[in-house]
Amino acid sequence: MELEKLFAFFGDLLAQIGLTGVALTVVVNVLVAAMLLGVLAVMALFLVWWERKVSAHIQDRLGPMRVGWHGSLQTLADGVKLLQKEDITPTNADRPVFFWAPVIVYSSCFMAYVTIPWGKGLIPADLNIGILYIIAITTFTVISLLMAGWGSNNKWALLGGMRSAAQIISYEVPLTLSILGVVMLAGSLSMQTIVAGQQEIWNWYIWRQPLGFLIYIIAATAEVNRTPFDLPEAEQELVAGFNVEYSGMKFAMFFLAEFLNMFTVSAIATTLFLGGWNGPILPSWMWFIGKTLAVVFVLMWIRWTYPRLRVDHLMEFAWKWLLPLAFLNLVLTGIGYELWQRIFG
Amino acid sequence: MLSETASLVFYTIAFVTIASAVMTVSLKNIFHSALFLILCLFSVAGIFILCEAEFLAGVQVLIYVGGIAMLMIFAVMLTRQLTSFNVKQLNEQKALGSLVAFCFLLIALGAASKTLSVKGGFPLAENPHISGNTTHMLGNLLLTDYVLPFELVSVLLVAALIGAVVLAKKDEE
Repeated sequence: MELEKLFAFFGDLLAQIGLTGVALTVVVNVLVAAMLLGVLAVMALFLVWWERKVSAHIQDRLGPMRVGWHGSLQTLADGVKLLQKEDITPTNADRPVFFWAPVIVYSSCFMAYVTIPWGKGLIPADLNIGILYIIAITTFTVISLLMAGWGSNNKWALLGGMRSAAQIISYEVPLTLSILGVVMLAGSLSMQTIVAGQQEIWNWYIWRQPLGFLIYIIAATAEVNRTPFDLPEAEQELVAGFNVEYSGMKFAMFFLAEFLNMFTVSAIATTLFLGGWNGPILPSWMWFIGKTLAVVFVLMWIRWTYPRLRVDHLMEFAWKWLLPLAFLNLVLTGIGYELWQRIFG
Repeated sequence: MLSETASLVFYTIAFVTIASAVMTVSLKNIFHSALFLILCLFSVAGIFILCEAEFLAGVQVLIYVGGIAMLMIFAVMLTRQLTSFNVKQLNEQKALGSLVAFCFLLIALGAASKTLSVKGGFPLAENPHISGNTTHMLGNLLLTDYVLPFELVSVLLVAALIGAVVLAKKDEE
């Protein structure tokens, strides 16, 4: 069942109550935001549980089994536990910075969902700078990590924050360039237009942008600080990195934001390369969530298979390999597009 | 002209921009200054959106917040001495600094008055000379009318890049 009709029905309902103009816009946007927040919270809980199950099965264990069916309520129980924990602020912490870091990390990863199309007609706002908006808004994640590292006044936290900043700035460049290939083909930055260009499976941009897709997946893994690029929180060296001083719900916010960011980069991969919500028979939102979770699974698979990179290897890989490859991809896309136009256009 | 809601939004954003700019230059803790600078640059992006220049807003956040401000914070973190509370806020070049700031103010005012006299004015969507997607127009203009300045800036940036590499290399030996 397409959710589009349901939303249209609710829209009519609101109009019948007599809301108009600014009031209607405000009410609709608040409702959409609340709904998204709910969906994302459930999604984050699910992802945490799923990651634990996937990692367990890759390592020939069972993982959480006791709370609910196959431990499916484990994350909820953990959440309740974290809510009860004492909220500790270190004595020498930079208090305002320490306080705002988890708020910013959570809101920035939530704001990215403004332009992500969940299905046919299911996009909170189809900005004409869609993908650029997401890339821009997610840079606040790095700022919050730096704030957490600095505000904690702890050398491990500081090291973790600095590592994450260096890493994310470096990988942001190939990430953005790999997305540009798709933007060139689609001729637009709008997420809806990009999805509209991939109606059938042979139209998916992954077939025309294989190199771009590969670069995107690698850089995205680095962007969300996951193994093999999890140096900012390398447990063996930095205890827990930037969030070492956080406890209770503040820690939970970092934790959930990390999982949501993983979902975000997978959703972008789905939208840009894997046809977005396009698919036969099933409703569009199911296709979107299904494809996104498939990409998430690949990211989890990578995490539990590969060891961590060394810092110098990490930087070398970004600047000496990914960046030239991303430029090559851009040039090839341009030449290919032009040739295609000349021959078939 | 702007509608009532739009002017309310504009004055809110303008207040945040100016307040955070003042905080940036007046705070003693340089890390806090950098964070307020980020807030300031982000609010400027908000003003761009109000002018319906979405692409510019996106680039503003991406380049200034994600790149430049981030590098500044990074530099602050690497230089421990800078973050102590005993550092003077002003150096010996007060006079020169004020002069440069004043000249920049004049340039900005000149540019602003020139923009206001453009036919149609703001917001851009109501300007008959600018229609549809500003991203397409910007792209076209950059590769036609403004190709020379665009290329010159690129060359300048490449020169800066090479310069940085050379400086870093020398340090190593």
